[in-house]
Amino acid sequence: MTNHLINGPVNPVEPFLRSDRMPHIWCPGCGIGTTVNCFARALIESKIDLQSLALVSGIGCTGRVAGYVKLDSFHTTHGRAIPFATGLKLANPSLNVVVYSGDGDLSAIGGNHLIHAARRNIDLKIICVNNLTYAMTGGQTAPTTPEHSITATNPYGVFEPSFNLPHLMDAAGAVYVARWTTYHVRQLARAMEEAFQKKGFSFIEIISPCPTLYQRRNKLGDGLETMKYYKEKSKVRHGTPTGEVGLSMTGEIIVGKFVDRDRPDYQTMMRAQYKEVLGERYVENPGLPCS
Amino acid sequence: MNADPRGVLTGVHFIDGDHACCEGALAAGARFAAGYPITPSTEVVERFAARVPTVGGCFIQMEDELAASIALQGAVWGGAKAFTVTSGPGFSLMMEHLGYAAMTETPCVFVDVQRGGPSTGLPTLPAQADMQQARWGSHGDYEIIALCPNSPQECFNLTIRAFNLAEEFRVPVLVMMDEVVGHMTEKVIIPAADQIEVVPRKHTHKPVDDYLPYQTNGDMVPEIAHAGEGYKFHVTGLTHDERGYPNMTPQTQDKLIRRLQKKIQSAADRIAMLEEDQLEGADVIVISYGITSRVAQRAIDMARQQGLRVGKLRLITAWPFPEKKIAELAAGVKAFVVPELNLGQMVREVERAAAGRATTISVPHAGGGVHNPEDILKLIAEAAR
Amino acid sequence: MAKGRVSIVVERCKSCGFCVEFCPTKVLALSSAFNSKGYHPPHVVHPEKCSGCDLCGMYCPDFAIYATKIPQGTGVSQ
Repeated sequence: MTNHLINGPVNPVEPFLRSDRMPHIWCPGCGIGTTVNCFARALIESKIDLQSLALVSGIGCTGRVAGYVKLDSFHTTHGRAIPFATGLKLANPSLNVVVYSGDGDLSAIGGNHLIHAARRNIDLKIICVNNLTYAMTGGQTAPTTPEHSITATNPYGVFEPSFNLPHLMDAAGAVYVARWTTYHVRQLARAMEEAFQKKGFSFIEIISPCPTLYQRRNKLGDGLETMKYYKEKSKVRHGTPTGEVGLSMTGEIIVGKFVDRDRPDYQTMMRAQYKEVLGERYVENPGLPCS
Repeated sequence: MNADPRGVLTGVHFIDGDHACCEGALAAGARFAAGYPITPSTEVVERFAARVPTVGGCFIQMEDELAASIALQGAVWGGAKAFTVTSGPGFSLMMEHLGYAAMTETPCVFVDVQRGGPSTGLPTLPAQADMQQARWGSHGDYEIIALCPNSPQECFNLTIRAFNLAEEFRVPVLVMMDEVVGHMTEKVIIPAADQIEVVPRKHTHKPVDDYLPYQTNGDMVPEIAHAGEGYKFHVTGLTHDERGYPNMTPQTQDKLIRRLQKKIQSAADRIAMLEEDQLEGADVIVISYGITSRVAQRAIDMARQQGLRVGKLRLITAWPFPEKKIAELAAGVKAFVVPELNLGQMVREVERAAAGRATTISVPHAGGGVHNPEDILKLIAEAAR
Repeated sequence: MAKGRVSIVVERCKSCGFCVEFCPTKVLALSSAFNSKGYHPPHVVHPEKCSGCDLCGMYCPDFAIYATKIPQGTGVSQ
């Protein structure tokens, strides 16, 4: 439903939403909507040309973001938002391409693409909403689910170690790596802004509640209690070596900007190589979009 | 419209099918390929990688076929004509994204240079055992178009046709080569660019406010827009309505899936390409495709020398299958003889379409080589009795 | 004189409580009213304390609440 307030001020987020598709499907207390507010705020503040912004998502609760934002948006297959986004960006380098997807989609089935795109430094902005589970399908174990958690596929408790995503991204070569929680709305919006300005592979992990599944099964309260936990247990430590920012079920959450470095992005390196070897013979993308 | 001369290597060439396929793609206007190495197809993208920086465009070798098969679709939505190339094991990996292309109506080309299977099989030796997979490999109900070249020249010509069909119908089109056709070297004539007909993308001219990404006006093929043009459209693999929004009801499913089917099936006659020879008055018709059609030709010639009345039907398009044609022919012929480099795949379609009015005889081959023409001749002779 | 004004889209609210909890000046509380889905939307209990910071809007996962600044000196809300 749309905003029914007559003659009232407009929600600053509303112009970025497909209002004709509201209300969305996310649960009460789910943090994904909160991340979308931060995204909208970052778009406003960075004055990005919305026409040249494309959003690509995978499958899962976070993947549904693509369907709710009023941008050129692509809801692709499970785990494959990043290669789709790569093709999109390479075909039209003037696009700003954001990948908005969840922890399972990006780091499990999509893991291979995640590390290769980071290695290549493809100019993509990855917004990874990490609710520590596969939420859409009912709360199964994800590579990010903390040890000892109860999930739908580990009913006796998770006994495998979980991924430390900032560490993975740092090692793979990402030029910008940050983590915030859905409590840190202002910092998150600013991080997204920074990522938009940065050329190269940027990765922002957002710890977010899944009250219906992850929190409920582990008796961690509802969305609000989880947000209070984030507030209480988060420590802002910019620049912490990423190996030290692993998560546990109820422990400290190190947040902040961990990596911010510069190295040439894939297309810059590609052009440089071709120019060097082919000289005058090199032709960049001529007639795209194709007719 | 005419081909862009920048991509057309006009002249007389002596190249193999893989190389000719690459030139066909470039001539058709392909400016993006995403690939992954797999024998016997790799040369197609190797050549593209060498050619495209001086033609204008991009090649990227992705980390696996899953990535390649969807990176090319991202490139299509970014404005390029795009394709990928693979063989059996990679083809299997690409199935999900073939379905995604069909569902989202992304015009693109997938080339499968078939080799012995199943599994790792015979990487360097031919087969034609992916034919049913080409049609049914992805889950759900959807349509594709599949073309089967039988020479390097046809690899060039039919790759162009594949791109044209993809744009006309907004559907993934498969070029089903085989290892022999891919690796045989023959004369390939590439004409001047103004002799090559290329179908442009069906891009919308509607103003932003009037545009619905999956609206059709009777011709069943929606108009496309690219990212970055201001249309702010949504594309999803979920069942969707004309707005492109997920709409997961049986009614929307029925409407969408039936349109996708009808889009291709209603044009099946127009899409079909068949090579026919002496079908009138034939007692036996040999139906074949790809490299087997060239071996079969030898068998047909030998049979005719023996006085047998043998017709030839070559499937240049294997899918949509020319059911009506087979049904018509079945009424007037004793038997169809169907040699294939598999244990019987397209022959099942022939048998189905013949509906018992003619005998259908399979000439199977497990793959790894080509038929001995004598083996085909033997069955032609038996069928003619 | 309030610096900000809260707008609430009652029907979108799912009573998660984020806005009430994280408003820095405690302008809001969950009401005892129901929307048509049975949720208690927030209501403004201390309008004079609203600074228009829009933290409520940033937090709300349902796009159901937001605050805008009132241009000062006009005495009229925007």
